[in-house]
Amino acid sequence: MSATAPTLTGGPAGVRTGRITLGVALRHALIIARRNLLQVRGNPQLLIFIAIQPILFVLLFVYVFGGAIAGSSRQYVQFVIPGIVVQTVVFSTAVTGIGLNEDVSKGIVDRFRSLPIARSAVLAGRILADAVRLVATVVVILAVGMLLGFRFHRGPLAAVAGFALVIAFGMALSWVAAWIGLSVRNPETAQSAGFLWMFPLTFASSVFAPPQTMPGWLQPFVRINPISVAADALRALLLGGPVLAPALKTIAWTIALTVVFAPLAIRQYRQLA
Amino acid sequence: MTVAVRAEGLAKTFGATRALDGVDLEVEGGTVLGLLGPNGAGKTTTVRILATLLRPTAGRAEIGGYDVVRQPQQVRQLIGLTGQYAAVDENLSGAENLSMLGRLLGQPKAQAKQRAAEPLERFDLADAGGRLVKTYSGGMRRRLDLAASLVGRPPVLFLDEPTTGLDPRSRNGLWAVTRELVAEGTTVLLTTQYMEEADQLAGTVAVIDRGQVIAQGTPDELKAKIGGQVLEVRPADPAHLDRAAELLADLTGAPPTVNPDTRLLSVPMPDPAWLPVAVRRLDQASIAVADLALRRPSLDEVFLALTGRPAEATTPQDRQEPRRSNA
Repeated sequence: MSATAPTLTGGPAGVRTGRITLGVALRHALIIARRNLLQVRGNPQLLIFIAIQPILFVLLFVYVFGGAIAGSSRQYVQFVIPGIVVQTVVFSTAVTGIGLNEDVSKGIVDRFRSLPIARSAVLAGRILADAVRLVATVVVILAVGMLLGFRFHRGPLAAVAGFALVIAFGMALSWVAAWIGLSVRNPETAQSAGFLWMFPLTFASSVFAPPQTMPGWLQPFVRINPISVAADALRALLLGGPVLAPALKTIAWTIALTVVFAPLAIRQYRQLA
Repeated sequence: MTVAVRAEGLAKTFGATRALDGVDLEVEGGTVLGLLGPNGAGKTTTVRILATLLRPTAGRAEIGGYDVVRQPQQVRQLIGLTGQYAAVDENLSGAENLSMLGRLLGQPKAQAKQRAAEPLERFDLADAGGRLVKTYSGGMRRRLDLAASLVGRPPVLFLDEPTTGLDPRSRNGLWAVTRELVAEGTTVLLTTQYMEEADQLAGTVAVIDRGQVIAQGTPDELKAKIGGQVLEVRPADPAHLDRAAELLADLTGAPPTVNPDTRLLSVPMPDPAWLPVAVRRLDQASIAVADLALRRPSLDEVFLALTGRPAEATTPQDRQEPRRSNA
């Protein structure tokens, strides 16, 4: 058993002193990402969150509100599917924070931090796994949407660009969620704090209804809201209309959120004690 | 002998709280040091500093000659950590938990998978290896947690209250594995609240209280300090309580403490050879005995002897783990 153990008596023999290379750090992140994805299998709640909840949202909005908002469910489905993709991506990021918080409170992060692995692995692995999860959710929504009559109008390339944009935006929000999850004391708080800001932001946006129908005082907020911007960009790339302005704004928000919240989350992670 | 773990003047403050106030420790390679103390004494804080999870406010520590603050990556290659809480992933199987750690430590995929089988076998988890950890019992989780801390075959192992909350069978199993590891050359720093556990496993015991090591020595030395063992006698007839107390006081030279509720007499017994004498005298006095036991001093008694006050009074609460919410 001790044959391959680094020897204490031999001093540095067996102990690597070099820094961890970027390639190794990426490998560590991928291993932890895989672990996070494997968790879904043992956690039906997460599966419901990834697959069932978005389907319910699509069905509810299309059939309950569709007629009132757009005149008919059939017309509304075109408008709302890109919106629900963005909404779901936003909501999904909360899982990043809750998952991290659970790992911390259960001592799993302690285990990782006491291993000779890249410091970035836990956070990077989490964000990577969540990106995969986001893709899966988007596919589910699209499949249901297409069953209900949703159609692409701009071809596959524009669609892929649109989804890539929204996933990147979602990863930026994951940093926000990671920061929240690492800042609060327990998973329950992480859950409520993680979702709290999402409701006003997703509903006071162009996700479910056209902003022109909202009161004048609300419209400036809706227009600047990053979630509106992302929904507009995806809509334009899937259905048509001016792409450049909303796409650039989404990219700008993505970069800004990442630049601000990734360092905050990393700092919070380092200060865990 | 080489020194595997060395701490000098370790101090740690959390806000206004002094969790550690100058801890000095040395653990020789291949031995077990038991760090004995009540909740909040600073045991977990010490382990967390040694395991590179926490920076000391003052003092220094090294593992195998590597400084825990300046060379944490080297230290992490030498250590394994098992905490009070089983830090395993509930939504993965036992085998997956271990092979993931193997892969993180650089083993190729197939090898990590294959190597996970051995500790599962060793920790009596072979049948449960494929099951999700959330179906495991508390004892199984702890065993898996210990197995997880051994994946990198670390020469230095930190066991932070490894048996707290375990049933006696699981506890004995964990002790047996710890002894095996030590026999293979592993150095162990064990924290515990139980004198018995320190006695069972540790060659040296350091008693920690309010962030300071207040006594250090072999379990026998410590016990000698507090008068060896304790004899407990419960007369079958409550009317015999006073007579029995007198008898024991004659024998040991110290008046026994009487618990009027349980009618239990306890008296320090420096020499176990006095036990048959006590039995004989009770018999001669025709005092029937419902319970008679010779037991090791409890942590409370160690504390009482070392500090003049009971252990529990020294513990405001376990404050080193502010983030922990689940047990």
